[in-house]
Amino acid sequence: MTFLPKPKLHHPGLAANTLGFTRRDYEGTISTLCAGCGHDSISAAIVHACFELDLPPHRIAKLSGIGCSSKTPTYFLGNSHGFNSVHGRMPSVLTGANLANRELIYLGVSGDGDSASIGLGQFAHAMRRGVNMVYIVENNGVYGLTKGQFSATSDKGAKSKRGVVNNDEAIDLVSMAMQLGAGFVARSFSGDKGQLVPLIQAALTHQGAAFIDCISPCVAFNNHVGSTKSFDYVREHNEAVNYLDFITEREEITVDYAPGSVEVVKQHDGSLLRLRKIAGDYDVHDRAAAISFLQHRRASGEIVTGLLYVDQEPDDLHGYMNTVSTPFNELVEADLCPGSAALDKLNAALR
Amino acid sequence: MLQALNAANSLQRVNDFVVKFANVNGSGSASANQLFAKSVLRMGIPVAPRNIFPSNIQGLPTWYEMRISEAGYLGAREGTDLMVAMNPQTWDQDIASIVPGGYLFYDSTKPRPASQFRDDIVVIGMPLTELCNKEYSDPRQRQLFKNIIYVGALAALLQIDIAELETLIGEQFKGKDKLIAPNIHALHMGRDYALAHLKCPIGLTLRRSDAVGDRISIEGNAAAALGAVYGGATVAAWYPITPSSSLAEAFQKYCARYRVDKVTGENRFAIVQAEDELASIGMVIGAAWNGARAFTATSGPGISLMQEFFGLAYFAEIPAVIFDVQRAGPSTGMPTRTQQCDLLACAYASHGDTKHVMLLPEDPHECFTFGALAFDLADRLQTPIFVMLDLDIGMNERLTRPFTWDDTRQMDRGKVMTAADLEAGREFGRYLDVDGDGITYRTYPGTHPTRGSFFTRGTSKDRHARYTERAEAYEENMQRLLRKFATAATLVPAPEVRAAREPTRLGAIYYGSTSAAMHEADDRLAEQGVHLDLMRVRAFPFSEEVRAFIEAHDKVFVVEQNRDAQLRTLIVNELEINPAKLQRVLHYDGSPITAGMIVEMIEEHASSTVVPIRRSAP
Ligand SMILES: Cc1ncc(C[n+]2csc(CCOP(=O)(O)OP(=O)(O)O)c2C)c(N)n1
Ligand code: SF4
Ligand SMILES: [Mg+2]
Repeated sequence: MTFLPKPKLHHPGLAANTLGFTRRDYEGTISTLCAGCGHDSISAAIVHACFELDLPPHRIAKLSGIGCSSKTPTYFLGNSHGFNSVHGRMPSVLTGANLANRELIYLGVSGDGDSASIGLGQFAHAMRRGVNMVYIVENNGVYGLTKGQFSATSDKGAKSKRGVVNNDEAIDLVSMAMQLGAGFVARSFSGDKGQLVPLIQAALTHQGAAFIDCISPCVAFNNHVGSTKSFDYVREHNEAVNYLDFITEREEITVDYAPGSVEVVKQHDGSLLRLRKIAGDYDVHDRAAAISFLQHRRASGEIVTGLLYVDQEPDDLHGYMNTVSTPFNELVEADLCPGSAALDKLNAALR
Repeated sequence: MLQALNAANSLQRVNDFVVKFANVNGSGSASANQLFAKSVLRMGIPVAPRNIFPSNIQGLPTWYEMRISEAGYLGAREGTDLMVAMNPQTWDQDIASIVPGGYLFYDSTKPRPASQFRDDIVVIGMPLTELCNKEYSDPRQRQLFKNIIYVGALAALLQIDIAELETLIGEQFKGKDKLIAPNIHALHMGRDYALAHLKCPIGLTLRRSDAVGDRISIEGNAAAALGAVYGGATVAAWYPITPSSSLAEAFQKYCARYRVDKVTGENRFAIVQAEDELASIGMVIGAAWNGARAFTATSGPGISLMQEFFGLAYFAEIPAVIFDVQRAGPSTGMPTRTQQCDLLACAYASHGDTKHVMLLPEDPHECFTFGALAFDLADRLQTPIFVMLDLDIGMNERLTRPFTWDDTRQMDRGKVMTAADLEAGREFGRYLDVDGDGITYRTYPGTHPTRGSFFTRGTSKDRHARYTERAEAYEENMQRLLRKFATAATLVPAPEVRAAREPTRLGAIYYGSTSAAMHEADDRLAEQGVHLDLMRVRAFPFSEEVRAFIEAHDKVFVVEQNRDAQLRTLIVNELEINPAKLQRVLHYDGSPITAGMIVEMIEEHASSTVVPIRRSAP
């Protein structure tokens, strides 16, 4: 497929955000994915989230691995630098990028094959390092790009389009991320924009490792009867524990929900997450309880969605490493090179 | 006890012999042996110590071998002139390694039958264990001071200036002053015993000299790490592997010294011990893509794991610095032995048509200069740069020219377009070769709100970094990468030539840690009337001088420390030289190459007739 330029005609009536950008400025080139692919809905949600958050597009770096899902960064945020790296290794590339310049926002996009199969190790280690990023797995339970093989998130007993049954236990990335110390963990569904957009916004403002597992049906290879990642199956088994409204510092909070069913979570950067709770007893700050809740629901075949865990005082890799506030890529000779005097001293000590 | 060999037959040498210590790994001998080596250096006599150690933490045998050479030959040498045999496990092989007329120093506490000795060596026994047991009650002290006691005895036997040893002990325990007196006491215990009971000096003696000059002594790994600090590296990602780990650890040490903000205590560096080598190189590539200078340090098996990323960095044109401290073969068996065996694995690393730049330092001085230079080259060429050390120079302290730095030097960040450039309307095409040197402009992420962003991918793309599968675009890009590689050949360190004393039709090409042995071999061959012009190759791709050198000679020996003549393969392949002209001189058993080996192999071929190129085919 060759590059398809998208007509860059700004409609005079297009609404602009506070930075003067229209939604177009957050879009990329036209998608080359299959019509109806869940991944395209996630791209749209990313565009929507960034536009509404008034993020300067060029201050976001988008990185991905390999797969249909990992191709999507071409289809959003055209004014951002992007890096389509190698299969399963986006987390390390993102980690390095993040170390080089702590001021950008890092958006990692991956697939279930990319993150749970070939890249499980890198996924796990990026989470435990607390890299400040938004890590989205566009989870279709299948290798889309190589035409329909099972991935490591395929549920045990799920049937492929060709009728093969998966006998291997599924890896639940959400449970893993929680166990490994991610500061923000959520699950959503590409077909549920109302839930997904605020989750992405909340993740983007979270100052630590934020992970979103987004079920994203593959219309070509995983949307048939017997699949547990099809649109129908997910709609039927989706159990949202909460819905989120994302409120920036600028906006006022107006409580229009009955007390008891709303919880306001203040993030480190001042933004507010208003959780409209559905499962009344679900506590998004209790890592251990959340893990246990998820395991129980999973055993009974439910796909729990919503904001599942958030750490209100997250730290990140730069914090742990006590690095300077100036991005490394702006440091100059005087900051980095000890010079000849230090060398003379060192020479003397080596004789 | 001294079983005296007829003095006329025992070795009589001043400032020119090999001492070898046979120890047990983890017995605390390392610092005593280093103390000994350093005292020789302080007397102004060149020394090249080498650790010969197994892949083990405690219990297995280790050796510390010291080549003492007034003439400055720092290469390894066959045979031992004085064996300090402190490890009963290796007794037989240690005794066997002593040259006829050489000396054996051993712990005579437990008597050994005469059959365990040789009658063509001088045997010097000293009851070390007995002395220690009498003096110390704590087993740990018994062990540690035993090492210092034998150093004291050797000082008497070899005439080491005891004042130098005392000064060194003072320096070593600076800040832990309580330890100074007991160590000096042990030193004197050994010395006094030797003076009273043994014939001092023996035929091997040390005499103060000024042959060391202003040279310094440091491991190549530490020097390379220092080069990375001076070269402006801020991100290091690594996974432990012998013999490269000490490079990353030295970087940590130097950063703690030079890169911590004095006011805030914050770090101007980030070091990640990654989960594996794939992650290490991934982090390096991510950091470099984003404009930081980044490196990893590894060895052969790590290089194997990093292959896919090398391809990505080559095609996506991302700077990266890789220090490969080469070691022999696979993960078990020989990881603590030296070789130059990763040249081909690095030169053509990864999928597709790839070629990579390699720097080949000969000693710690060049580990430092090439270490710093690698970051300029990586940024200038936007490609991985491999700095090829090996265990021999990486993990042994080596006498080397002192480090220098030009304070006016600026980092060469290569072709980077800034927001101002973009604002001024300069055309940006990530893969657009505006200067004709194959090197294109890049922007760092986050530079400008609406201009200069691009999508990085390993797959094919057009000049503006847009995805394409068009054949012409792919080919054009691949041709440009070749142009870039040709540019690289003009930027990397040029080869060094050492002309023969007499005109000759014979040449020798060598590189890296082979230098020391090669120079010594060359001197010896010249004495025998075999004259060689020498060329030390310092980088890949080769400059035209390499071709010219080979063309100017009838036969060129290519001396290397691997089985498959890897540099020779590169020369034949890249310069399309007739292979018949290039004679392999190879050593690859895991020990460092010696002058003796080179002399022997070159002598064997030096006289054989040279077949002229055109008449070679029947
Ligand atoms: C090292 C390597 N092995 C195999 C492949 C082939 N490959 C490309 S995409 C892919 C699977 C992608 O699956 P997933 O991450 O789930 O993405 P999806 O296409 O389903 O969105 C594979 C195996 C590759 N690109 N690189
Ligand atoms: S194959 Fe599946 S995942 Fe890939 S684009 Fe098509 S629908 Fe999407
Ligand atoms: Mg998938």
